[in-house]
Amino acid sequence: MSVTLVIATREFKSLFLSPLAWSILAALQVILGYLFLNQVETFTLIQAKLVGMEGAPGLTDIVVTPLFSNAGIILLLVTPLLTMRLICEERRNKTLSLLLSAPISNSDIIIGKYLGTLGLLLVIVALIALMPLFLLMGGELDNGKFFANFLALNLLVAGFSAVGLFMSTVAGHPTVAAIGSIGILLLLWILDWTNSIKDQRSELFEYLSILRHFQAIQSGQINSMDLCYFVLFIATFLLLSIRYLANERFQK
Amino acid sequence: MANLIEVENLSRYYGKYCVVNNISFTLAKGEVVGFLGPNGAGKTTTMQMLSGNLAPSSGLIKINGFDLLNAPLKAKRSLGYLPDIPSLYKDLTVQEFLHYCAQLQGITKQAIYPIIDKTVERCSLQTVSKRLIANLSKGFQQRVGIAQAILHNPEVIILDEPTVGLDPIQIKEIRALIKELGKDHGIILSTHILPEVQETCSHVQIINNGKIILNESIFELNRTMTQGCLQVITRTPVDNTILLAIPYVTRIEEIAHNRHNIHYSMKGNPTHQIAETIIAKGWGLEEMTPIKKSMEDIFLALTQVES
Repeated sequence: MSVTLVIATREFKSLFLSPLAWSILAALQVILGYLFLNQVETFTLIQAKLVGMEGAPGLTDIVVTPLFSNAGIILLLVTPLLTMRLICEERRNKTLSLLLSAPISNSDIIIGKYLGTLGLLLVIVALIALMPLFLLMGGELDNGKFFANFLALNLLVAGFSAVGLFMSTVAGHPTVAAIGSIGILLLLWILDWTNSIKDQRSELFEYLSILRHFQAIQSGQINSMDLCYFVLFIATFLLLSIRYLANERFQK
Repeated sequence: MANLIEVENLSRYYGKYCVVNNISFTLAKGEVVGFLGPNGAGKTTTMQMLSGNLAPSSGLIKINGFDLLNAPLKAKRSLGYLPDIPSLYKDLTVQEFLHYCAQLQGITKQAIYPIIDKTVERCSLQTVSKRLIANLSKGFQQRVGIAQAILHNPEVIILDEPTVGLDPIQIKEIRALIKELGKDHGIILSTHILPEVQETCSHVQIINNGKIILNESIFELNRTMTQGCLQVITRTPVDNTILLAIPYVTRIEEIAHNRHNIHYSMKGNPTHQIAETIIAKGWGLEEMTPIKKSMEDIFLALTQVES
């Protein structure tokens, strides 16, 4: 386990050695900050109308939920950029043999790499969560719903990075890894859209759709089924990565 | 003495191509084996298999008594490996990189800094230890690679072309280091520089087309090399006892009728005396050809016969 953490720490630190992590953090913060302010603006405009309505959506519904939904879509595009280099670059730079000849197992390598990237993504999510928390200075948030949104986004990026890591293990070039994982993630995201056409509902697609589970948790209903979906999702892609890395010694 | 490396019937195929064909050898403590062969002979593939980077198609590898396939973690614990292209994280400093390697090897926190300092000194990296690996010259990078391989004081050290890209002084230093390490480790190094093998190794293995075609100690090999040889053709039979009495002549073998190979020690050259004796005795000297045997000749002879 300790070796896993060593690899994770190294990976986390290495991300900050290149301008990649910094520029992603900066760009995300600017974009989401803008979206956040937009939502706050909308809320102040319609606030007066909401007062008279019964069961009207509150501050959390109007500001937090859309912010986290947007963050989810943006992170779908950003996570593959962070994960594309994980194994791929090691292989290209021939540094993978350092890990392969060290007394560590394949799962140490994969999980270490995974945790390292996840660390950065959790920092990103924490930074996003800070924005609505500032609203506490002048208003009130629905704590439960806020937590549900926070949890949903964390699970979402954990799933994204598992897919990204797998593609990085498979692909021969970082760009291919990035495109591949954006492809898979986008497909899983839109899989649910066929449901808008009546009579064509597919329960399988509905279950597979990552968006559906994300929104379910976001709505505040934390279901064990949705949690299981994410846990299974992450475990599947991590196991596939470990298997693929083990196979590497046989192929070439 | 227990063998540090045991390799039995090791083979490796890339698709249909057989790169390593059924090789077996052992390595004991205190031995430095030079792995010699032309390009594409299977040197690097063998080393990758020994280091656990490549799975063999068939065969058994034991490192320090542990099977590399069934107990990989235990086996790799006693392994230090320098690949043909050193695995270096170029965006780290030498110090950071070695620290990471030490952690990967499971060296305890208290022990890490003394070990790094010792290794840095051993590989004479003191002047560059705070610099980024990307900014170092090829020679220094190679030395960082060697430092990485010997950092955790492994029983078995595998070095794939360790002196590539080094200047003559550095080569001398690294060879001295390898010799020193060889005293209490088992080392395999691959190279195509023949004098390097003669200078640093205790054993030599020549590999060609995936097969080991020579496996001998340097001592044995040097003995064949410090011996000169003359092929002498005469008209009438010679008297061996008279020729053997000539200084430096060690052995005479008859290869055909009236055709002899006269072996002599390289300490002196008895050619002149042999010729005079044969003429004086009236054996009718017809031809006298020196047969040269340097390591290059052995190498070329062995590799060309095979291919």
